[in-house]
Amino acid sequence: MQASADVNQRIARISAHINPPTDNLQMEGSSNLKRENCRAKGGSPGFKVAILGAAGGIGQPLAMLMKMNPLVSVLHLYDVVNTPGVTADISHMDTGAVVRGFLGQQQLGDALTGMDLVIIPAGVPRKPGMTRDDLFNINAGIVRTLCEGISKCCPKAIVNLISNPVNSTVPIAAEVFKNANTYDPRLLLGVTMLDVVRANTFVAEVLGLDPRDVDVPVVGGHAGVTILPLLSQVKPPCSFTQEETEYLTSRIQNGGTEVVEAKAGAGSATLSMAYAAVKFADACLHALRGDAGVVQCAFVSSQVTELPFFASRVRLGRNGVEEIYPLGPLNEYERVGLEKAKKELAGSIEKGVSFIRK
Amino acid sequence: MAATSATTLSIGSNTSASIKVGLLSQSKASGVKFTSKNYPWSFSALKVTNSVSCESESSFLSSESCAALKRSYITKARKHNLRSYSYVQPQASYKVAILGAAGGIGQPLALLIKMSPLVSELNLYDMVNVKGVAADLSHCNTLSKVSDFTGTSQLADSLKGVNVVVIPAGVPRKPGMTRDDLFNINANIVKTLVEAVADNCPDAFIHIISNPVNSTVPIAAEVLKQKGVYDPKKLFGVTTLDVVRANTFVAQKKNLKLIDVDVPVVGGHAGITILPLLTKTKPSVSFTDEEVQELTVRIQNAGTEVVEAKAGAGSATLSMAYAAARFVESSLRALDGDSDVYECCYVQSDLNDLPFFASRVKLGKNGVEALISSDLQGLTEYEQKALEALKPELQASIEKGLAFLQKQPVSA
Repeated sequence: MQASADVNQRIARISAHINPPTDNLQMEGSSNLKRENCRAKGGSPGFKVAILGAAGGIGQPLAMLMKMNPLVSVLHLYDVVNTPGVTADISHMDTGAVVRGFLGQQQLGDALTGMDLVIIPAGVPRKPGMTRDDLFNINAGIVRTLCEGISKCCPKAIVNLISNPVNSTVPIAAEVFKNANTYDPRLLLGVTMLDVVRANTFVAEVLGLDPRDVDVPVVGGHAGVTILPLLSQVKPPCSFTQEETEYLTSRIQNGGTEVVEAKAGAGSATLSMAYAAVKFADACLHALRGDAGVVQCAFVSSQVTELPFFASRVRLGRNGVEEIYPLGPLNEYERVGLEKAKKELAGSIEKGVSFIRK
Repeated sequence: MAATSATTLSIGSNTSASIKVGLLSQSKASGVKFTSKNYPWSFSALKVTNSVSCESESSFLSSESCAALKRSYITKARKHNLRSYSYVQPQASYKVAILGAAGGIGQPLALLIKMSPLVSELNLYDMVNVKGVAADLSHCNTLSKVSDFTGTSQLADSLKGVNVVVIPAGVPRKPGMTRDDLFNINANIVKTLVEAVADNCPDAFIHIISNPVNSTVPIAAEVLKQKGVYDPKKLFGVTTLDVVRANTFVAQKKNLKLIDVDVPVVGGHAGITILPLLTKTKPSVSFTDEEVQELTVRIQNAGTEVVEAKAGAGSATLSMAYAAARFVESSLRALDGDSDVYECCYVQSDLNDLPFFASRVKLGKNGVEALISSDLQGLTEYEQKALEALKPELQASIEKGLAFLQKQPVSA
């Protein structure tokens, strides 16, 4: 009796690998060790990235730059028109990433299956005189469709949302994911990197510094007064006169409009947006790879203020957003700006949420 | 923070500028590799050259092995008396002008050059739309200052003090067209632009992208001659895209790592005038006769492949911008004193009886330092035949370009 119990135990132990425990309490905390999260040994060191809206004004230079990124092993280009041409063009570049093109909504699923990072520049751009909010109706529908695809095909992917108005489309995406039960707030990021890039450039201009050395945190949202550059926290530490602060804040907030006006109907910022989006996507890929200390500003689900979404500095890691940093000390000007930003942002978030909920 | 080599320390810096991409796996780079904090992917790291170097900015390596590699690299460099750039941030000091900056190639090209750490000023010129492109690009936080110039009245100002002029201006092919069909329009454009270059920056390197390159480069040469400022060492037809395509297709076919592949492409830049010397590929691979045939035809028609795929929406823009930017970067490195820059390009040549011929050249401070003739020795029978076949077509294109100027003499 005793002997057979021992034998059974031995057999159970030896054959444990065939039926591994699924409700293992130990594994709960360290989700990264779960089998499905481990990358295959000897697998390609790169990541699979999809660009939804790859044939557009932002999508094309974005696709070119991502094709050049050594961390990308597979690049999926999706759009409703013109993708075969863009794919053929980019596929000739002699860099490692494998490019595949997908055309039309029926191919959205194939484009998204197995992706690690999804970048969404899809949508229509502003014309002179329009605000980002005027794009709402068209772009909201586009974002909803694409997010439905993501929740079906790659719910664990990190999503970089560029489509304006970001202040509303990120809440829309969140609602779509919630409805599909795949919502992970750590994986949904609205790209506000262009505001940071603009802030760095303009501050460097004013101070006569190398723009690559300047880092300005930009918080709040991604439209007009919701863009709040925290000039008091700039690295390297500098002080600004009141005049400079107002000039810089205004210029950073209206940087997008500056370009829309200059293009006089021919579009909005494409090249600088592609540049910023690629810097941000690259940071996400570094984080996915496990690099430490990847900190960027992004518009995420957040408790930093009473609003459900807010852009601030976040630390990125293998699971997306790992830590959201508090805003830090603000001066008087910024505190006033923060209240203004929150008011408008609340309205935009509500607009996005009710678009799905109604 | 990602562990980096001692070259650029960015300790705890959270700037977006300090996100670097590990490039060790790609460091079959030349003897010079600049490590810029804000330039994610340097072309020099993507290109194979002869010298061995272990420039590393890798974040996969621990700092000790990075330091060890750097030490070994520096001793090697000293032995060969090479300037070791590994610990020097290159000074951005070059002025680049893009004529045709608002076009399909011009825009992504402008973006790539704006991102280059070697450029201090970027002049964008076009007939329309360039104000918007410049405003857009000026927001990127890289070193170069962007200026826009619109229309022929501002053409001269766009060229003052420029070191490298890139000319992608012109119309692209539509399905069914050959590069030659673009001749009339683009020939005029190139003539006007090169006249201005001759008047305003005669010492600049001139990169001609406008098709048909086989003809527009001789046109440019004649214009410069008539203005009395022709320097054959500084006039280039950009054929880098053929090399890029050859590398991609060969790597695909032979399952090689793209970073290792380098195929020299000679001849010209249209159809059968494009001659990839597959047997001279690095690393050396053997091809069957069918593979040689298939690959050669594919490389020759790759441009058409894209024109067809775009179905009227244009021709290769992004890959052309990438290739052109790589060539601009090589030129800037050569201007900066790098002694190890080799690129294939279409230049005035004495390698054979054709006045202009694309081959691998060594670039230096004054432009073409040497034409690499060794590529043209020891050709296989297939390559020899292809070379003979391309000569008459290339000759005809060159003559067409020269004849164009007989009818349209250069304005003083």
